[in-house]
Amino acid sequence: MKIHQLSLFLENEPGQVLGVCRTLRDAGIDIRALTVADAQEFGILRLIVSDWQAAAKILTDAGNIVNTTEVVAVEVPNRPGGLTDLLELLEGSGINIEYIYTHTFGQGDRAVLICRFDDADRAIERLQSSSINVLAPVEIYAGGG
Amino acid sequence: MTSLLEDLAQNYNPISAPDFVPACHTQELQFTRLKSIVRRAYDHGDLFRARMQERDLTPEDIRSLDDVSLLPFTVKADLRDTYPFGLLTSPMSEVVRLHVSSGTTGKPIVVAYTKEDVNVWTNVMARSFAACGLNHGDIIQNAYGYGLFTGGLGAHYGAEELGATVIPISGGHTDRQIMIMCDFHVTAICCTPSYFIHLIDHARGMGIDMHDLPIRVGIFGAEPWTDSMRKRIEQDAGIQAFDIYGLSEITGPGVAIECPYHNGLHIFEDHFYPEIVDPDTGETLPDGAEGELVLTTLSKKAMPMIRYRTRDITTLIGGRCPCGRTLRRMRRVGRRSDDMFIIRGINVFPSQVETALLAVEGTLPHYQIILTRAGGLDEMEVKVEVTPEVFSDRVGSMENLAKKLDHELERTIGLRAAVRLVRPNTLERSEGKAKRVDDRRNLDE
Repeated sequence: MKIHQLSLFLENEPGQVLGVCRTLRDAGIDIRALTVADAQEFGILRLIVSDWQAAAKILTDAGNIVNTTEVVAVEVPNRPGGLTDLLELLEGSGINIEYIYTHTFGQGDRAVLICRFDDADRAIERLQSSSINVLAPVEIYAGGG
Repeated sequence: MTSLLEDLAQNYNPISAPDFVPACHTQELQFTRLKSIVRRAYDHGDLFRARMQERDLTPEDIRSLDDVSLLPFTVKADLRDTYPFGLLTSPMSEVVRLHVSSGTTGKPIVVAYTKEDVNVWTNVMARSFAACGLNHGDIIQNAYGYGLFTGGLGAHYGAEELGATVIPISGGHTDRQIMIMCDFHVTAICCTPSYFIHLIDHARGMGIDMHDLPIRVGIFGAEPWTDSMRKRIEQDAGIQAFDIYGLSEITGPGVAIECPYHNGLHIFEDHFYPEIVDPDTGETLPDGAEGELVLTTLSKKAMPMIRYRTRDITTLIGGRCPCGRTLRRMRRVGRRSDDMFIIRGINVFPSQVETALLAVEGTLPHYQIILTRAGGLDEMEVKVEVTPEVFSDRVGSMENLAKKLDHELERTIGLRAAVRLVRPNTLERSEGKAKRVDDRRNLDE
């Protein structure tokens, strides 16, 4: 149930994200979700794309450093307290969320969050046992909406 | 300029007597001292003796001053390889001082002095100050670093020997430097030229114009600077700026000094025998030809250096100087024959940076060192290309990496450098080889 996220190293300069987007556009690869984590001197671009293997290859060929990380796409109700409910399920489990960001496409009254857990397998197990919908890779890569 | 005689009458200091003897007398003295230093190094220095034996040479083969060119060279790596005391030719019971300076691979080099060696150093430093027109009555602010670096103590002893008043303020604490310069009626300062420019600017910020202060002489060394920088310093501070040359391996500062004519630096030839060689072939070149400066310590007891390769590119100028000194002069050093650079008085080799990067990353990433000068202060930035091995999707890990690199560089070089992580393949490479040092310090500005 884990999905593959690509991370790229960016310098803190104009045009860095644009370069990556052009490379993906030219290869016909769709970006399903993205976030940029910015530090003082650099940034890390995290991407969920329609074809992560092809994207990793062409981005590497284009001179980028591409890191592949397994993350989890979790569905939460799009209402006040939706995320709180999810986090409460994890409370006391010792599972840590390294980072979290939202997916680009909506699912009606549901929101989809991309989570990087320190222990993805345990997180998935715990969430699924509480009837939380963990999205399958194909749902994310193929897109919806 | 006043005439030579007027100059001498006004400024002559007996301590400078050896500066003015006829060249032939200096050469006689040099030959006598050369024979005895070669004998000493041969009898007590294992490395030197082995190299002499390889060449089938004994000290008796030195029959004239020109025979110096028969002798084997000494290089900086010899000091590193024999760290710490392998080149000593005196027992430790006769060594009264040890100084330490940076080496090529993070390992420092050690230099040792007997009491007599300290006295020689003190003498040449006092003669240096005298050549700059200083005497007792002058108040010298010594802003060279005191400690393992030779600059602070070398200048200190020389100033006291001259009879001047020395303020051992050492480096840093810019506000206090300015306050003392004003309050103590300082007439001369010793420091790096870039630090002095920083002092000028800082004083201005405090509403102080150095033209209004008694300071009239600056003795600057330990890093390269040009005549344009001199002009700027002299105009902005209303002082006369003198270039001083030296290196720890030979003694420290005081190997050579400018006189008021500023046409090359007089080498204290009675203690340091200079040659110019072709940096590639090692062949001796005549006066007037440009090449690498090679120095032989003629008086050093604890650690004689025979034909030490300084890596500094210069030219020797013979003949009497308008100041009356007969000591040969060397042109100001503008470049070196290796890739070492000097920043804030510290010698840095790219290999030291490599050692630090390797220690953190395990493999050597592509990197580039960028040197800039802002507001008179030299800054060093190290751009490091991120490799797949160290790249992480977590910001914290990457920040940690940058922090570790910062820390390791400071530990290895003894200087804070700004580490900047950059994308792969973004640093300039020429003919497949990366250009390691990009020196953007406009020394002419």
